Amino acid sequence: MSRVCVPRDAATLAVGADAVAGAIAERGVEVVRTGSRGLVWLEPMIEVETVAGRIAYGPVMAKDLPGLFEADFLNGGEHLLRLGRPEDHPWLAGQTRITFARCGILDPASLDDYRAHGGFKGLERAREIGPAATIAAVTDSGLRGRGGAGFPAGIKWRTVAEAPGETKYIVCNADEGDSGTFADRMIMEGDPFTLLEGMAIAAFAVGASKGYVYSRSEYPHANATFGAAIETARSAGVLSDFDVELRVGAGAYVCGEETALLESLEGKRGQVRAKPPLPAHQGLFGKPTVVNNVLTLATTPWVLAKGGEAYAALGVGRSRGTQPIQLAGNVRYPGVYEAPFGLTLGEIVNDIGGGTASGRPVKAVQCGGPLGAYFPPSLFDTVYDYEAFAARDGLIGHGGVVVFDDTVDMAAQARFAFQFCALESCGKCTPCRIGSVRGAETMQRVMDGVDTEANLALITDLCETLKFGSLCALGGFTPYPVMSAINHWPEDFHVVRDI
Amino acid sequence: MTSLEPWRPERGEEIIAGLTRLDGAVLPMFHALQGAFGHVPKETVAMIAHALNLSRAEVFGALSFYHDFRHEPPGARLVKICRAESCQAMGGEAASRFLLADLGIDWGETTPDGAVTVEPVYCLGLCAVSPAALVDGQPLGRVDGMLLVEAARA
Repeated sequence: MSRVCVPRDAATLAVGADAVAGAIAERGVEVVRTGSRGLVWLEPMIEVETVAGRIAYGPVMAKDLPGLFEADFLNGGEHLLRLGRPEDHPWLAGQTRITFARCGILDPASLDDYRAHGGFKGLERAREIGPAATIAAVTDSGLRGRGGAGFPAGIKWRTVAEAPGETKYIVCNADEGDSGTFADRMIMEGDPFTLLEGMAIAAFAVGASKGYVYSRSEYPHANATFGAAIETARSAGVLSDFDVELRVGAGAYVCGEETALLESLEGKRGQVRAKPPLPAHQGLFGKPTVVNNVLTLATTPWVLAKGGEAYAALGVGRSRGTQPIQLAGNVRYPGVYEAPFGLTLGEIVNDIGGGTASGRPVKAVQCGGPLGAYFPPSLFDTVYDYEAFAARDGLIGHGGVVVFDDTVDMAAQARFAFQFCALESCGKCTPCRIGSVRGAETMQRVMDGVDTEANLALITDLCETLKFGSLCALGGFTPYPVMSAINHWPEDFHVVRDI
Repeated sequence: MTSLEPWRPERGEEIIAGLTRLDGAVLPMFHALQGAFGHVPKETVAMIAHALNLSRAEVFGALSFYHDFRHEPPGARLVKICRAESCQAMGGEAASRFLLADLGIDWGETTPDGAVTVEPVYCLGLCAVSPAALVDGQPLGRVDGMLLVEAARA
C-alpha cells in the first residue's frame, strides 16, 4: 500500500494540512508527517510514494480528497492538482539544496530515516579527523554566520577552541524574529536532527559539553518537534556526552542579538552587552561560547561530510556556499529557495518569486528583515551576496525577501521601522531608546505635511546618530529601512494624506 | 485556552521548585507559571526570588521586560495576529482592524465578556502564508477579516 507524505510544518497546518492528513488516514492509508519542501504556495502539498517514486499533488484541501481517491492518486493518477515528481518541479530543480537537502522529504521524528538520508556522516567525519581538522574544514568552507552578521564560522569556532577554560557552551540562536524569515523554523520542524548534529560537531570542535537552543514562543510547533528530537537523540545516545537543552524566549525581538540572547538565557532582561568581551571569550555565564544561527549549524554536517572545498566551490566573492532565500510578502511564489550566492535580486523576485501575488507592479522589496533596506526595482541588478548588498546600503541578513506591490506607502513603512525599534528597544543605549521614539514622532509630522524638509533633515541626522551611536544592530540598522525609503521613494514623503 | 488552573500559591511554589535545578531558570519558570495559570501572578516574583537567591527587583525586572508575560489571565480565546512587514504586505492590518472593530476592542485588550483577547505579535514565521495568526496556539494562514472573526468567535 502506498504511503502518503503530508507536511506538518506550521505553515502547512495554517492552511489545513491536518484535515488533509486526517481525511487520508480515515481511508486506512498510511500517512507520514514530514516537513515542508518549501513551495509554500502549493501547500498543503502531499506526496504519494509510488513505484515511480514520489508524486506530488497540491495545494490539496480536505475537500479535494474524494476526487483524488477517485483519480487513483495513490498510484500517481492524473488529477488537476497533480504536480508530478517534486524533484522535477522547476522551483525545486533550480535549487542547490544543502541545508535543506532533507527538509520535506524525511520523517523529522525518525532517527532511522535521518540515518537513511545520510544523517550523522558529518559528525562521524569530525570524530575521525579530530577537532582541529574539523575547524579547518569549516574555515575552508567559507561558511559565514547565517543569522545576518556573516561572521566566518570557522574563525569563531577557533576562537572558542583556543579560549582557556574547562566549561564552554554551544548556543544556537533560533530566535528568528525577522519578518519574512522562516528557514530556522522549517529546519527545526522538518529536519531537527541536522541541527542537533551540527551542534554536536561544533561542541566536538571547541570542547563544549552543553548546548542551548534559544527558540521563540511564537514557534510552538517548532519547539514541540525539536524538543521531541532532543529527547529521541538523548535516549538513543547519538550525541554521546553532549547535551542540548531547548529554551524559549518571550516575544522580545532584541533577544535575537547574541549578547541579549545570552542575558535572556541567564534569566535576565534581554539587554545587550557591550562588546568586547566577545561571547567567544566570555559568553554564557561568562564562559567561552559559540553563538551560531540555526542555518549555520545545520549546514556544518554537510560541510564535514563533503569537505570544506565542496561548499566553498559554490557562491561568489566572499559569500561562499548557499543561502536559503525566504520569499514572502506580496509574492506569487512564496517559500524557501536555496541557491548559491550570486543570483540577482531581480531574478529572485521576478523569476523565482514570480512577481507580486496581487498582480500589481512590484514597488519595494525589503531584504534582511525589519532592519533591512527597501530596494526599488531599479536596483534589481544587485547581486545576492553580503558585500554587494552592503555596497548598496542594504543587507542580506537572515535571508528574508519581502515583496510589496505599488499600493505600499513607503512613509508608513519608514514610520513602522521607527515604531518597531521603539517597541523592541532593550533600552540600554540612548540613541536606540530615545531616537526610535523621536524618529516615529518626526516621521508622523512628515506624513502630516508639517515642515517636511526640516523634519526629513532631522530624521537624516537622527539616523546618523542611530547608525553610529547604537550598541547593537537594532538601533544601528533601523536607519536602513528608513533612509532607503526616503532615498528611493522621496515622492511618498511629500504627499498630502487625508487621514 | 481550555486547561488553565486557578491560581493557588502552593501550586506556584511547586512549579518553581520543579525548575530550580536549571541554570538561568527564571524564564522557564515564567513560562511554566503562565502555562498553568494563563499569566504570571505577581506573588510569584517573591517566590522565584527566594528560590533562586535573587532580589525581587531582578526577577520583576526580567518579568516586565518580555512582551509575552501577562499580569492577568487572557480571555477564553487568545488570538495572536502578526503585524510585521510580510503580513502588512498582504493586507494583514486591514484584516486585524476588521476583527478588532467586530469585537469592539483594541490591541492587547479582552472583550468585556472575557471571551476573546487579541494580541499583536511580530512575526510567526508563517510569512509564506501571510497574513497569519495563531488562535489558541493553532496557526492560521492566508487570513482575511472574516476568517479572523470566524476563528475568534467559533
